[in-house]
Order: sequence, then structure tokens, then C-alpha cells
Amino acid sequence: MPAEKTTVLMLDEELVFTLRELSRSCDLAAEDLIAMVEEGVLAPRGASPSDWRFPAADLRRVHTALRLQRDLGVNLAGVALALEMLDEMQALRARVRVLERLLD
Amino acid sequence: MEFKDYYKVMGVAEDATQDEIKRAYRKLARKYHPDVSKEADAEAHFKEVGEAYEVLKDPEKRAAYDNLRQGGYQPGQEFHPPPGWDAGFEFSGGGFTGADAAGFSDFFESLFGAGSPFGPGSRGAGFHGAGARAGGAGFSMRGQDHHARIQIGLEDAFRGVTRTVTLQVPEVDAQGRVHTKQHSLNVKIPTGITEGQQIRLAGQGAPGMGGGERGDLYLEVQFAPHPLYQVEGRDVYLTLPIAPWEAALGAKLQVPTLGGPVEMKIPAGAQSGQKLRLKGRGLPGKKPGDAGGDQYLVLQVRTPPARNDEDRELYETMAKKMKFNPRASLGVGGGS
Repeated sequence: MPAEKTTVLMLDEELVFTLRELSRSCDLAAEDLIAMVEEGVLAPRGASPSDWRFPAADLRRVHTALRLQRDLGVNLAGVALALEMLDEMQALRARVRVLERLLD
Repeated sequence: MEFKDYYKVMGVAEDATQDEIKRAYRKLARKYHPDVSKEADAEAHFKEVGEAYEVLKDPEKRAAYDNLRQGGYQPGQEFHPPPGWDAGFEFSGGGFTGADAAGFSDFFESLFGAGSPFGPGSRGAGFHGAGARAGGAGFSMRGQDHHARIQIGLEDAFRGVTRTVTLQVPEVDAQGRVHTKQHSLNVKIPTGITEGQQIRLAGQGAPGMGGGERGDLYLEVQFAPHPLYQVEGRDVYLTLPIAPWEAALGAKLQVPTLGGPVEMKIPAGAQSGQKLRLKGRGLPGKKPGDAGGDQYLVLQVRTPPARNDEDRELYETMAKKMKFNPRASLGVGGGS
């Protein structure tokens, strides 16, 4: 079967979503996203919900947040804390990986 | 198919209370959750635990399973459900979520899956069962998004590459049976991609229901481990071994980069661990003209082995003439 061509969108640092776009992309009500912003899970640029611009990486953050809520029973404040710590751990792990290799 | 001991999977006793089971589940879920865990086979463990919990948390399913387990099955033993194993159980409805049951084992599927009295649609109004009937009833829903990972080489990330991604897509035929069909997509991975970045393929997720649009497919890009380079963001690190005389006197060397070998000047008096930067030789930016990453060379001075008398003599001459005490900062004298 010949492979089909498809439109590709890179979710990189230049791409931003509005509240509406993010809501559509992750199939989640705007109210749920607003609650995530209020708890600090997401930190969009812009003053009010209609001006909010979310970096594309937030899409994954929302998915992770939903999984953590569903699977581990943590509330949004707990999700915010977990995500912050996961970010920090990921940065530290990357650093350790590089350093370990350099010490070999 | 193999018999599964759900009590063993969850590490609880046969007579554990529902509260104990819940606590055990939360603990294991935290340990193996794929978003949190770095254990090698976290995802497989997490699924196994989820499956065990799906059965043990529900008193009805648990009772049916206990009844079966009394038969003396051992984990891993060849298993076929005895005919009528589920007779005599009453199902009150509610409780079964159907969430993510797709990833569960054949063992689970044969006992509690679709077609069993426990299956979705047979108890209460399971959402999934309702959705399947919603075809022409003025109800529409967007299809689910799918997520997958794709691994590419560092060289591919540097140059950009087109990869064929093959996905297993479940499809329901006219008889209502589920088949998996292969679906191939050509995905162009653009230059400038970094590790962990996601790519969205619009409309390549699950089909919508009742005329709803298709979901999207998300691909997360991972880099295959490289024998030479380490990557941090767009920066590339390379350990560069050099001889003591190259370090002491300085040298012009060829070093590998992702774009091919380049000439590099090592300053005189270089030391092990010193970092040198090759500007703009890391992973490229997204567009031509964007600032890309750099390549860092971390110097590592290698000691030539004293393989014969002549080598040893050279070292001894150096020891006598050079008056070098590498431990001066430790406040102790040089060796003799």
C-alpha cells in the first residue's frame, strides 16, 4: 500500500495557540483550561482569556495533566507541583547524562 | 493465553480489603506511571497494574475472578476460561468504565471484555456502548487523538528526513468485529527538530462518530543514542581525546561534526575537561538564518602507555627535567 502524504505541523517554540485552539486541540472545555491556568499548570502569555497565547508545548502538558489526574487521583494543585518537579528532573537528567558521558 | 494472578501483580493478599487494594494501586501507579517513571518497562508494568485494578476494585468482577482462581491456576499457566465460568453472578450495572481497556491482555479480554457479561454496554449505559449506537441519532463526536513515538538518528535530525510511519489502526467491520489494519504515512521531519518535540498530523487519529471530524495523530520525536555525540537542546557535545603534547603545545586538528569534519585549533596549555566551542555547528535552527546550536568539544588528555624501554626513558627524562607537581594545590610534595 503506498504511503499517503499528510500535513505536518511542528509543535515548536514558535507556534502558539489561543484558548479556543488549545481547547479544540485537546478536546477539553475552555473552563477546564482556565482552571489549569488558575492553578499554574499552564502559564499563557496575555492578560485575559481572550488574549491568552499558549506555547504549543502546552498541548502535551495538558495531556500529561489529564493522565495524572485520571491515573493517580491528584488534584490540579498536585498536578501543577508534579509537572514542575518533572520539568526540573528532566533538565537535571539531561545534564547528568551529558556529564556522565564526559567523565567516561 | 496465560493465566494472570492479579493479586500477585498488585502485591496484595487474597483477603485484602477494597481500601488496601486502592492504596496498593495508587502506590504502584505512581511508581510506574509512564509520565513520571523512568523504570525501563514502566509502560508495560503500568498497564498490567491497571488491568489488575480494573478487576479487583470491582467487587463483582473480583468475586468472579476469585472463583476462577480457586481452580488452582498458576501465573503464566496456559488458560482457557471454563465454559459457564461466569454463571451465577449478578451484574448490577455501573462501575465498568471501559477506559483504556483496549490495552489489556487477552486474558482480561476473554473474561471481562466485550461479549462477556461484564463487557461495555451490558451493564448500565456504558459510554462506549452508547457511542457505538449513536450513528444517525443527531449525535456527533470528534475522533480520539492518537499518540506515538518515532525515533530518528541525530544525522537525520541535522539534515531533515522523510520517514514512513506504520500504524496499527483498529477498524470495526460490518459484523462488528474489530480488526487491526496497517496504515502507512509519509512524515517529513523538518530540520531544526529537537528531542522530545511533538509533530501533529491533522486528521490522522481515530475517526469521529456521527459525522464528527477525525482526531489528530501526535508523534513525539526521540533521538537514537549516538556513539559520538550527546545532545542538549540544539547543542552537541563531543569528547575529544588529545595527546599530552597536543595539549601542552597547542595543535591544529580535524574534528567530526554533524555537518562533516572541520579544522580546529587547540590552544597551547589546554587541560582535560576544558570546553571549546564550535559556533553554529550543532543542530540547525528551524529556518535558514535562524540561530542553531553549537558544538562543544570537551578535551580529554590521554596518557600514552610506556610500552618499551625507550618510552620509559622518555617519561623518566620528563619527570627529571620538568619539575611538575600536579598535586601542588593539595599541599603535598611531588612524587619521587
